[in-house]
Amino acid sequence: MLHLDAGKYAAFLWPAFAISAFVIAVMIGNALAYARRWRRRAEELAGQ
Amino acid sequence: MTWAPAFLSNPERFMAFSRWAAPMFGVIAALLGLAGLWFGFTAPDDYQQGATVRIMFIHVPASWLAMFAYACLAGASFLALVFRHALADAAAQAAAPLGAGFTFLALVTGSLWGRPMWGTWWVWDARLTSVLVLFLFYLAYMALRASLDDEVKGARAGAILALVGAVNLPIVVWSVEWWNSLHQGSSLFAKGGPAMPPVYLTPLFLMGLAYTAAFGSLWLVRIRGEVWRRRAEAAMARAARS
Repeated sequence: MLHLDAGKYAAFLWPAFAISAFVIAVMIGNALAYARRWRRRAEELAGQ
Repeated sequence: MTWAPAFLSNPERFMAFSRWAAPMFGVIAALLGLAGLWFGFTAPDDYQQGATVRIMFIHVPASWLAMFAYACLAGASFLALVFRHALADAAAQAAAPLGAGFTFLALVTGSLWGRPMWGTWWVWDARLTSVLVLFLFYLAYMALRASLDDEVKGARAGAILALVGAVNLPIVVWSVEWWNSLHQGSSLFAKGGPAMPPVYLTPLFLMGLAYTAAFGSLWLVRIRGEVWRRRAEAAMARAARS
């Protein structure tokens, strides 16, 4: 059974998980966008 | 660097290796993370800490990765400085933003755990302060690299800064033993084995592996980005000369 009721600690538990999820999502998005941007640029320049 | 595996020292082979390894590590991270969250949220509340014990499953892995990423940054910087290896420098540069992210998470989740347990968001004790210093070293490394247009000078200056900052790593690890600290000592590597029951140890272990696999995946993706950036900038420089 999942214990999702954090009771009086909800104000600390859920922000900790939410911030972690957000920062990890930003790290994933940023890494993929960075790699994609420079891959396209490198391929454009190689094609010229 | 004849001793180094070819897929790590040869950019072409690294790109071929990382093309399949990065998504593979990403899938492993997602599966381990889901399993860790399942075990974490099916574990009972702690008799002392209540539901806040679950912050441990994201705080401790983030802290591990904060230090592991810096060890990777310092190791790659050493190889770049001594052997002038471009791929090692790309690996160092790629590790910094990821390490900064994990260190930020360690600080924030620690603060959110500390407030209900210690009664304060922050104290200037040895463990918390040394982790803050680690975060500042990441920021300083990234700022230094961004401020120097010359790639060679930037690599050299960044590597020296990274190696100086590596002195802080043992301070982070042993700060709770060297000084009186509000932060607890190690529960996992305590004498006589882990000082926590398997019901918490299992999700912590799974989340630790998930964070490590996520770092591995994102590190490879960022190194690939660095390799492409350098290729693009080299092509632009050639075009400007001709």
